[in-house]
Amino acid sequence: MNLGKIFKNAFLVIIFGLIVTACATKKSVTTKTDTSTTTKATETKKADPIEKLDALMQGDVYIGSDTVGELASGVPDRVFFATNETILTTASRETLRKQAAWLRQNSDVTVVVEGHADERGTREYNLALGERRANAAKDYLMTYGVSSDRIKVLSYGKERPVDSGSNPLSWSKNRRSVTVKAN
Amino acid sequence: MRNKILLIFTFCFFLKPGISYSLVEIDITRGNLDPLPISVSPFFADETSKEKIKKNLDIDNLGLEISKVIENNLRKTGLFDTLDRESFLQKPDIAHLKPRFEDWALIKSQVLITGKVNSKIINDKDYINIEFKLWDVLGAKFVDGLSLTTTPRSWRRVGHKISDKIYELLTGESGYFDTRIIYVAEEGPKTQRVKKLALMDQDGFNTKYITLGKELVLTPRFNPADDKIITYMSYFRNNPRVYIVNLQTGERKVVGDFRGMTFAPRFSPDGQKLIMSLAKDGNSEIWVRNLETNIQEKLTDHPSIDTSPSYSPDGKYITFNSDRSGYQQIYVMRSDGSNVKRISFGSGIYGTPVWSPRGDLIAFTKLHKRKFYIGVMRTDGTGERLLTENFYQEAPSWSPNGRIIIFYRETKTDDKGEGFSAKLWSIDLTGYNERLVLTETDASDPSWSSLLRN
Repeated sequence: MNLGKIFKNAFLVIIFGLIVTACATKKSVTTKTDTSTTTKATETKKADPIEKLDALMQGDVYIGSDTVGELASGVPDRVFFATNETILTTASRETLRKQAAWLRQNSDVTVVVEGHADERGTREYNLALGERRANAAKDYLMTYGVSSDRIKVLSYGKERPVDSGSNPLSWSKNRRSVTVKAN
Repeated sequence: MRNKILLIFTFCFFLKPGISYSLVEIDITRGNLDPLPISVSPFFADETSKEKIKKNLDIDNLGLEISKVIENNLRKTGLFDTLDRESFLQKPDIAHLKPRFEDWALIKSQVLITGKVNSKIINDKDYINIEFKLWDVLGAKFVDGLSLTTTPRSWRRVGHKISDKIYELLTGESGYFDTRIIYVAEEGPKTQRVKKLALMDQDGFNTKYITLGKELVLTPRFNPADDKIITYMSYFRNNPRVYIVNLQTGERKVVGDFRGMTFAPRFSPDGQKLIMSLAKDGNSEIWVRNLETNIQEKLTDHPSIDTSPSYSPDGKYITFNSDRSGYQQIYVMRSDGSNVKRISFGSGIYGTPVWSPRGDLIAFTKLHKRKFYIGVMRTDGTGERLLTENFYQEAPSWSPNGRIIIFYRETKTDDKGEGFSAKLWSIDLTGYNERLVLTETDASDPSWSSLLRN
């Protein structure tokens, strides 16, 4: 009986200790990444996903550069969205303006804007959501002088994730529209 | 005895659905049903029939195999306790002629199934005739039976037809065993899944692949009026469109001439119309196309996402999900698009409404606090009951008798993004009897056929 109590107390102490150290380590890592992200976020690529959330997501929109490819040199190919949203963030609009500028200079190029959703929604709704996201990007490109007949829209819903993780960071990378050269 | 059986089924079929309970309570009460003890005596065949059948099918004891099909069907309902055939005292051939009821009562069997297989030649072709009888052990009497003749190759279907008859006799409900399930077979890594249409018997046998996996295919659904016809969505040539396929002829055609993506197709109960969504310029609306007149018509008119439509069994109403309130919720409208009413008001988001074949309930997927639920509600949105909770699950489809819901479930991946799987599951309307449905590969988007026609 007494022995059991001792064990129980010892166990609690150990657990408490673990929690304290866990909190402490997390905090220090977070502050470290905070200062480094402004220069380059990819450096934290190998860190634990949860520890680098602050650095790689704003709200729940992905702001890192992992998975981001190029439509052309210096022109990122994709923009990211918040859960269930189709609103373009300031960063997304900047990316799309770069895409539009490049497309205006290369008037023979046609593109497909692919719309994607994360895995946390029903399949059919996500097909519609992907189409909505791709059209948000398309509309913005058109505003900046790319004619609509050069842009095809294709929704994949949640069928083609780039990140196979089941966590908020992975989901944020998957909520995207990607501009791909079609010719 | 009949009264006692009826009482059991009245209990689980009619009382339970009315009781609203939380998921914790399901866990406590799950499996407390007393299944009915039933013996399926192996069906017997005489030596000449056995030899003929072995030549045709390469099966040594077809009678035993048929009784296994029946046993398996009955056991999986959760309503029957199929007794071990090793404990049977009477030989199959004698039991079929005249059972010694004391022998069957001794092993606590309340119902006995016996049967006989005969090979037959009709117009120079081999056939098999299968006869079965259902006996009331406690009442010591013959209840009913059936005799079926078929080509040897269709022997499993005979097992299913007999199972349906037994289910009907003992529950007073129509069965669901002589049916098929069409689904999407999945393989490969999560980021590059290869998907094919697959068709199988309700019990997982006779799997056939309808497409080769070259293009992405999604959401196949049976025509409830013709089990040879299905609709699905395909990314053939990177043009996501709704198609209709005749499984018998292999003929495939794109539905309608739409600019934009068509998806989320479902047949009307009479099979003459198809409802689906059309996504164009960032907006998804529900359309109906009359497959006979080829006239198509837009039913919703709203800047929100309107999709996942499903007809009521009388064809007068359509339920669908829309995010016009800000989040995905379930709505019901008349089938001409008038009188749109929101019916889901619980906390969380609601999607994929599917009208039950009985007409009184709508099955749905619900997302609440990061968990996905399959549930049912009345068609006015009252009486919501959640049947099962998990990390991810969706796409309910009803058994033709409206007693079971099949759906798919996906697993959470680990820290390395590995360990993904998608499987079919089924659960009774009561919230009991949750079961993994075995498939050759990973699987999603199941659709249950009506009872097969010939």
